[in-house]
Amino acid sequence: MKMTIAELEKKARTLRLDIIKMIGVGQKGHLGGSCSLAEIITVLYFYKLRHDPQNPQWEDRDRFLLSKGHAALIQYAALAEAGYFPKEEIEKVKCLGAMLQGHPDMQSTPGIEANTGSLGQGLSMACGMAAGLRLDHKNCRVYCIVGDGEIAEGQIWEAAMTASFYKLDNLTVILDKNGLQATGTIIERYDTNPLVEKWKAFGWYVTEMDGHNLEEIIKTLDRVDQVTGQPKMIIAHTIKGKGIVFAENNVAFHNGELTKEQFDKACADLS
Amino acid sequence: MKMQNPRQVYGETLLELGRENKNIVVLEADLSKSTMTCLFEKEFPARFFEMGIGEANMTSFAGGLSLTGKIAFTNSFAVFAAGRAFDQIRQGVSIPGLNVKIIGSSAGLSDFGDGATHQSVEDIAIMRAIPNMTVLVPMDGIETRKMTRKAVEHQGPVYMRINRHDLPDLFPPDQEFEIGKSYLIREGKDVVVFANGIMVSKAVQAAETLEGQDISVRVVNVSSLKPTNENDIKIFASDVKGIVTAEEHTLIGGLASVITFILRGSAIPIIPIGIEDEFGQSAHDYDELLAEYKLTIDHIVAAIKKLVSVKSTVISKG
Repeated sequence: MKMTIAELEKKARTLRLDIIKMIGVGQKGHLGGSCSLAEIITVLYFYKLRHDPQNPQWEDRDRFLLSKGHAALIQYAALAEAGYFPKEEIEKVKCLGAMLQGHPDMQSTPGIEANTGSLGQGLSMACGMAAGLRLDHKNCRVYCIVGDGEIAEGQIWEAAMTASFYKLDNLTVILDKNGLQATGTIIERYDTNPLVEKWKAFGWYVTEMDGHNLEEIIKTLDRVDQVTGQPKMIIAHTIKGKGIVFAENNVAFHNGELTKEQFDKACADLS
Repeated sequence: MKMQNPRQVYGETLLELGRENKNIVVLEADLSKSTMTCLFEKEFPARFFEMGIGEANMTSFAGGLSLTGKIAFTNSFAVFAAGRAFDQIRQGVSIPGLNVKIIGSSAGLSDFGDGATHQSVEDIAIMRAIPNMTVLVPMDGIETRKMTRKAVEHQGPVYMRINRHDLPDLFPPDQEFEIGKSYLIREGKDVVVFANGIMVSKAVQAAETLEGQDISVRVVNVSSLKPTNENDIKIFASDVKGIVTAEEHTLIGGLASVITFILRGSAIPIIPIGIEDEFGQSAHDYDELLAEYKLTIDHIVAAIKKLVSVKSTVISKG
């Protein structure tokens, strides 16, 4: 049964709270780029994806790859909430021997589809999955999230050409346009814009959405299902650190630490 | 002796495998007429992916295909297959242990005309260093065929390097190829030559040359560079006066490293033959280039003679 918008909103809050708990106090964590994805990940896992947390290897499932693998915390939060593994696991993230590694690891974590995090490679893998599923006449979809910093990697554009050359219309990519990379703003540090024109030139169907508006995300994801004959790019306008007041648009929280006060404030705001 | 071209054999074997197993898919970076994957493409166009001149994307794409149950063969020249796609092999394929078979064609110095940029002198070292990777070097057409088939049976990533030129058939036709095992090609008692690839046939010819001089040479094909069964090597090395290693690869990280590591602590003298710590270069002729890098029958003969004449236990350089 699909969740209501109010339920999805609550879920996104929970995921953010889970992220804060995973980062804790005095330990580095990719807060900003995880929080910019909270609504998108919520819609994917709790509205859009055909998946079965009790059977992660279900053949006919949709696939989701987080190419910007450093935002793993938001995916871990969603997987735990969806029931792929006990919620206690999220407290052990990055501990020696833990199920939840610093970047997504398909061998240790149920529900993770590929090893991503060396930036620029996940999109190529998603293309390969889409091509493989099509060879088997499966009508599953492949979703992939890339970052606006990540697309400086040349391999992204190799994959972009491949996806349109092979007309991978079972592939939908969401670009998390939060405008920040690790060391500053995208515009100042290494401008990957203009995005719409570039992806169109590479043969993609391109659309845009507010990446924090749940209704708009749902509508956009449903709408692009109707597009055939080309891969689909959704440019999501987001705010890095969204929902954590002191971290919003603050590059220090790309991979930052929380003080006790910040941790308590974030928990209070999200509870 | 029958000569076969390993590239041709590889292409034909891939085609056979394609007929037997619908999950086999082939990826190519615009070298299909050279790597001979064109044979597969012709019969199975839907399972053949031309990826353009983009080895990085090809490799990660192959990882994605394998995640849908395919057995993916990526193809390029060895220098690009192993070098240009290193990070993609490491991150997306080897860490999760995916079923991707990386085929490095025109390996070693065998692309003699194209020079240093196209000659892979360090591909084996790079691939051996990656956890989960299996590294294979066939010495002839027979072994190329057996290895290609074995690569499909093996679950996980495999790197196989293939020579560009015709090589004499030496691998016993009825012998099964097993990953990890080393193969006795010629029996002898004075010196053992551990070799792989093109250097096996040169070692055999060196052994034949020395037969008339009362020097008996054992030749062992070490075609599994990782894993390598240590016991095989220790047994073949147990009763000889000296050891020669011979490889068309830098002496760093290839066969010489494998053998000296396995035999560490042993007093037996070893002379390694291989490319010194340097790149290749262009030549008009493969043999001319091999001679420039001291990869000849004569160099193997000289090393063997040195070992039988000196009773030193010091590891010396060829």
